Amino acid sequence: MDPTLVTLFIGLITVLAAATLIGQILGRRAESTEARATVDNLNARIRAWWLMVAIFAVAFVFGKIVTLVLFALTSFYCLREFISLTPTKPGDHTALAFAFYVFLPLQYVLIGIDWQSLFSIAIPVYAFLLLPVLAVLRHDTDDFLSRTAKLQWALLLTVYCISHAPALLLLKIPGFENKGVLLLFFLVTVVQASDVLQYIFGKLFGRHKIAPVVSPNKTWEGFVGGGLAATLLGAGLFWITPFTPLQAAGMALAIVLAGFSGGLVLSAVKRSMGAKDWGRMIEGHGGALDRMDSVTYAAPLFFHLVNYFFAA
Amino acid sequence: MIDHILIGLARFLVGGRPEWRGTQPSLRQRIYFANHGSHLDTILLWAAIPTRLRPTTHPVAAADYWGKGRLRRSVALDLLNAVLVDRSGGGAASGQDPLAPLEETLERGHSLIIFPEGTRGGEKLPAAFKSGLFRLATRFPQVELVPVYLENMSRAFPRGAFLPVPISCHVRFGAPLYIEGGETKEAFLERAREAIVALAEVN
Repeated sequence: MDPTLVTLFIGLITVLAAATLIGQILGRRAESTEARATVDNLNARIRAWWLMVAIFAVAFVFGKIVTLVLFALTSFYCLREFISLTPTKPGDHTALAFAFYVFLPLQYVLIGIDWQSLFSIAIPVYAFLLLPVLAVLRHDTDDFLSRTAKLQWALLLTVYCISHAPALLLLKIPGFENKGVLLLFFLVTVVQASDVLQYIFGKLFGRHKIAPVVSPNKTWEGFVGGGLAATLLGAGLFWITPFTPLQAAGMALAIVLAGFSGGLVLSAVKRSMGAKDWGRMIEGHGGALDRMDSVTYAAPLFFHLVNYFFAA
Repeated sequence: MIDHILIGLARFLVGGRPEWRGTQPSLRQRIYFANHGSHLDTILLWAAIPTRLRPTTHPVAAADYWGKGRLRRSVALDLLNAVLVDRSGGGAASGQDPLAPLEETLERGHSLIIFPEGTRGGEKLPAAFKSGLFRLATRFPQVELVPVYLENMSRAFPRGAFLPVPISCHVRFGAPLYIEGGETKEAFLERAREAIVALAEVN
């Protein structure tokens, strides 16, 4: 394990320990039912965070293959949640089987064998053209366009987009060889910190809702306060990246904005299907996709920015 | 061992964790009756019953599917502990009552898992029930009739599909019901069906 990562994990554990302590203190002080519920939710989130940090630590210790398996499983659960909420018909079955059993594993195998050009087009070209063919062979044209679009978007967001996070390990950056894992750490930390900080700023100062219909918890105060704090955190992490402090702040800001958009768009998708959470997998967090929604937008953008400006 | 593998695989692919809404697992004698849309139904409903109750809980399976081939037969009989029934009607011609093996099981004090539609439909809500449930309920009035709604199984593994796909499934248990004095067959079967429909609408 990279010595820098050891330092980073010690930092993370310190922050989480502090959060746990604060959560316990708040838990003793909360009196009203509403405050109780908020603190319980906060503590459930903190507990789930410990688990996620532990899983991440294991992935980073054991290297690329375990990291890829971890993200492939994440894609699997997100795709399953997405498809479970989407009304599919028996005519979609073969296309679904190909999405799950062929294109999902293929995407991560391509990262594993460093085949970046095919990684970039396997889903947007080959899957997008093949899946409708598999569906059309079943002779069911009812809602064909919307069924095709649903499956394609599900695959794009949950597999293609999320796979851009571990794909950071593919990038060859002069003077930053074999340190892709630090970029992955940077991305995940900024995205998740942005989510958490927007939640906290929103709870403390939130007055003006941004999109009351789509996402009632998002407020301007939370977005600006949490977003700026996450941008500063990203700038402060410049030393683990190939970026200058200013570049790191710019990258973090891009991640924050993309992550926010992803959260909003996926929330609208979820609501259009009549659900509040994508699933019930993680206590206090809803489903896997409820935690990964920001990553679906932030990962590809960050990947392409780094690839364009820094990779050889 | 093999049962753990099968349940592990099913949980990984389609979930299917039990939700005990109207009742709790119990040693009392029961007939669990559920909607039917997939071969996953039998496996997931059986897997939803706690381990200690499984030896005395028998899914009722069609002999024309589960009785064919050594692997299927062995899964049905040795693993799922199933009671095979002949639904072809050939049994009636040979003077054998297709419900007889079910009644024998109930007489031993064991519980059953049955699919009263008789065949796999593809819809969200169950089709009309066949009369078997009425006959068993009349003959064994002390047995608890537990409605079970199986959600998404027919989407994950529809009729005619080769492989199941990963779509989250749920097994929802409702409150037990009993046949009422003087209730007609049609009224009872419709009430039983409605109990499953009501579970389908819970979220």
